[in-house]
Amino acid sequence: MNDKKRLSVFLNGLIAENPVLVLVLGTCPTLAQTGSVIAALSMGIAATLVLLCSNVVISLLRKVIPDTVRIPCYIVVIAGFVTVVQLLMHAYLPDLYEMMGVYLALIVVNCIILGRAEMFARKNGVLDSALDGLGMGLGFLIALLAMATIREVLGAGSFAGIEIPFLVDYRIPILVQAPGGFLVFGILIAVINMIGPKAGEAKRRNFSCAGCPSAAVCGKGSCSEKNEETNAKDKED
Amino acid sequence: MDFKMLMYILLVGVFVNNYVLQRFLGICPFLGVSKKLDQATGMGISVIFVMLLATAATWPIQKYILDPNGLGYLQTIVFILVIAALVQFIEIVLKRYIPGLHKSLGVYLPLITTNCAVLGVTINNITDEYNFIQSMVSSLGCGLGFLLAMVLFSGVRSRMEGANVPRAFKGLPITLVAASIVSLAFFGFSGIIDNLF
Repeated sequence: MNDKKRLSVFLNGLIAENPVLVLVLGTCPTLAQTGSVIAALSMGIAATLVLLCSNVVISLLRKVIPDTVRIPCYIVVIAGFVTVVQLLMHAYLPDLYEMMGVYLALIVVNCIILGRAEMFARKNGVLDSALDGLGMGLGFLIALLAMATIREVLGAGSFAGIEIPFLVDYRIPILVQAPGGFLVFGILIAVINMIGPKAGEAKRRNFSCAGCPSAAVCGKGSCSEKNEETNAKDKED
Repeated sequence: MDFKMLMYILLVGVFVNNYVLQRFLGICPFLGVSKKLDQATGMGISVIFVMLLATAATWPIQKYILDPNGLGYLQTIVFILVIAALVQFIEIVLKRYIPGLHKSLGVYLPLITTNCAVLGVTINNITDEYNFIQSMVSSLGCGLGFLLAMVLFSGVRSRMEGANVPRAFKGLPITLVAASIVSLAFFGFSGIIDNLF
């Protein structure tokens, strides 16, 4: 693979296939950890680290892992790296560790990471997988930061804990609470739908289903149904 | 006192700390499988079932195997593997002995392996230092809360089906905005339970 292609592997995750805003994967941490910029930043960095390391290791082991038990193997690799990140944060950043609470451990079940292992790392070389992991991780980080900035600036009148003089008096506290998470995320995706790449919907259909470890089962039920509906809608349009 | 405490844990799990609407755990099935009432109910019941069994399995493992041997740091790996194995096991047992139940819940079971609500509740029970009974009640509460959210939201979604929404909001965005309003409704519960006890 030449350098140009490598660059596109890396950039894919940032914009065209942004895991959160275009593919809509990993919604739980996106909603839960964007009440403040600091939380979003630490979540993004932790997930990027895990994604990068697990992509590299899974790509290295791609010829060793038997196909039938690959998902449990991936989960073990990912859980191992999550534990490493947990221990490091507990030791060096205890405040952040407390703040992230259970969501740090829940990186294990983040569908972006399993999805990239299943869709990319097991079919590609080490360097490409590393680039893909880094790109996807940074895309996740950017999306989290964008959401956290909107929520914290408007909801708490501050940015990364620093108060903004005028906005503090006119803040909308509900935005940093749970309902605000859903609302801001919904509006953000609507904006992306409007200005973003036209193929977003089609990509989401293919990717979130292929990337989801449970798609095989889900395919019988809601997933394929949704596909047919959107297909029909596309034809109408 | 003890019973009061259990009731408190149960109600907090269902209403105040609703896993889906207040703590954002298990969003994927919440958005994916809440289109029809029967699917939403099936998923909700499966989650309750797995949450209870997962707690029954992971709590003793943590207290009697990991903690005494100083292996607490293995919690994440052990829990996710136990849950994955448990779900597989349940599926096999149901298929063999209760095919009727397998037919109705079988589709949802594998989906639950990577459901963050299940892993979340088992870890929370440990970090909140609940005893075994309290952990089981807390899992039941969280599971019921999940079912409640799914059932409520499937109703909201069926009303939305016929609504004429702006083009950019079609599909997922309007669903999220609706979820925000349902979540806002649950926000009102936060003061009530504290004053009940």
